[in-house]
Amino acid sequence: MPTIRTEAVVVGQTPKALGLNLKWSKTAEKSIKNIIARYPATQSRSALIPVLHLAQREFDGWLSVDAMQLVADTLELPYIRVYEVATFYTMFNLVPVGKYHIQVCTNCACLIGGSDAVMKTIEEETGLKNGDTDVKNLFTITEVECLGACVAAPMMQVTSTHGSHYLTHLTAEKTKEILSHLKKGKNPADLADTPPAPDVDPITNNKYGA
Amino acid sequence: MPTPILTAAQKCFPNLEGKEDWSIKGYEKRGGYKGLKDLLKADRKVHIEKLKASALRGRGGAGFPTGMKWSFMPDPAVTGKPSYLVCNADEGEPGTCKDRDILRFDPHTLVEGMVVGCHTLGAKVGYIYVRGEYYDESSRLGQAIQEAYAAGYLGKNILKTGVDVDIHVHLGAGAYICGEETALLESLEGKKGQPRLKPPFPAGFGLYGCPTTINNVETIAQVPPILKNPLEWWTQHGRPNNHGTKIFSISGSVNRPINIEAPMSIPLKELIETYAEGVVGGWDNLQAIIPGGSSTPMLNPEQSGSVLMDFDGLRELGTGLGTAAVIVMNKDVDLLRVMTRISGFYKHESCGQCTPCREGVGWVYRLMSRLSKGEGTKEELDQLFSLTKKIEGRTICAFADGAMWPVQGTLKHFRHLFEEKINDTLTR
Repeated sequence: MPTIRTEAVVVGQTPKALGLNLKWSKTAEKSIKNIIARYPATQSRSALIPVLHLAQREFDGWLSVDAMQLVADTLELPYIRVYEVATFYTMFNLVPVGKYHIQVCTNCACLIGGSDAVMKTIEEETGLKNGDTDVKNLFTITEVECLGACVAAPMMQVTSTHGSHYLTHLTAEKTKEILSHLKKGKNPADLADTPPAPDVDPITNNKYGA
Repeated sequence: MPTPILTAAQKCFPNLEGKEDWSIKGYEKRGGYKGLKDLLKADRKVHIEKLKASALRGRGGAGFPTGMKWSFMPDPAVTGKPSYLVCNADEGEPGTCKDRDILRFDPHTLVEGMVVGCHTLGAKVGYIYVRGEYYDESSRLGQAIQEAYAAGYLGKNILKTGVDVDIHVHLGAGAYICGEETALLESLEGKKGQPRLKPPFPAGFGLYGCPTTINNVETIAQVPPILKNPLEWWTQHGRPNNHGTKIFSISGSVNRPINIEAPMSIPLKELIETYAEGVVGGWDNLQAIIPGGSSTPMLNPEQSGSVLMDFDGLRELGTGLGTAAVIVMNKDVDLLRVMTRISGFYKHESCGQCTPCREGVGWVYRLMSRLSKGEGTKEELDQLFSLTKKIEGRTICAFADGAMWPVQGTLKHFRHLFEEKINDTLTR
């Protein structure tokens, strides 16, 4: 049975720490130092969103209370400053997600282009509906708002430890191919319409931008 | 007379379709960074005057004259504070996908634009706020920035002109509202993206309370070619006050959805038939066109056949050029479902700061969901219209206006579709 994933599970409830005792890896510590250096010395709060992205990458693709507390401690911010930002932005997951977070755009251009067929194919192939995560924790399916690739509609974004990649010009056939590619544990970037620059990871890269 | 098709030398983004090398080698081969030294040596007032004369208007949606916006920036020597140039790459308006293609296929146009822009505005640091979903795109932009540092186009004493510019990329995290300039600044400061009350305007009190200018990717990237070329190179295109070239994103029911740079004031019908290979099923199969991203009210086929695609031409018809994202809907499209989906988008993206928007946008969405299925009465259509008028113009930013206009446009042109659905339900 798929587990139901809704934002309401977290928002409105008193969040509880899970006692995960999280620590940054050595590379993440270096990244954080470089991220903070982008902003004026007194403005390290600006690093909050980039560091939350990093935390999500480090700690299994979602932000537990423990992860948010770690971010708060790292940037010397009150916990609420982190929590209010993490709950405001769609890309931050407040509940666990699968290894591959499949986000299907169903906004106007994709809707006209046939996002219904994409959602239907996903449901037939995996048994998952919008908001579900499978028991093996491989996939999470989310319908999302416009991802800004409207001339390549319909499209989806697959987020994993490999980053987030756009898979465009989808059909039912291509959606099946993508799912079987991912079931083999492969990198979604192989199927992306825009391969990223080989050495630049916008979330962790230490040389990035400076 | 047909509008001329632009040659590579007439375009600001010759590699928009990604057929050539996007790295610094390809960009320099296409003439990029040539003449940058002269631009950095020249006085910034000269640049602002030329931008004013070019009538370049912001490409991000509002169409504010860029030269005028840039002239509002105070001299850093007088204020004693740093100035900032912030690039808005938080592209999220449904239908709009032009900045993505700039970032992935011609990122150096933006880097060069940021260098020239920072010099013109007296800023030493520029931030590029890219929407968090553009991971691959910001990866390429990151490489472009590294290449520009290595080649001496960024950093200290650029090309020995004494100009220092540093550029940083900042990833957002999925909030449409951060495309509003003051919400973007809040987000860049590590807060929730909720728009600020204006005044004070960002030119006086922007990022970290310092003078700041915020511009769209396309606007900033078009500045270097405008400044490098003779004025006629730019003003030969488009009607007065609407000069230049513009990227049009044509999506929806067309045979070849495409991002294309074309002259301003091109007739909409010609745009679609020349570049997007026409409407699926032919022009007679057209139902409606959204001319400038989801916020702009739609055009009916008759209007679509004659309108010129520029700021003034579309304003005369009660709509707008917006981001020039043309969404075409032919007669096979369930128009009410698409418009309801757009209402749902605004419900999801409202930042929740102002009551009329937070409560109203959801209310409109629920009404649209019901009425588009024929559940309701004809009186409720009037109620819906009156509701949109009571939300519009009563909030801090223009988000609620943008959420209401498409609903008003639907009621204006396609009220009969709602009525047919309601009649169907009554006679069932």
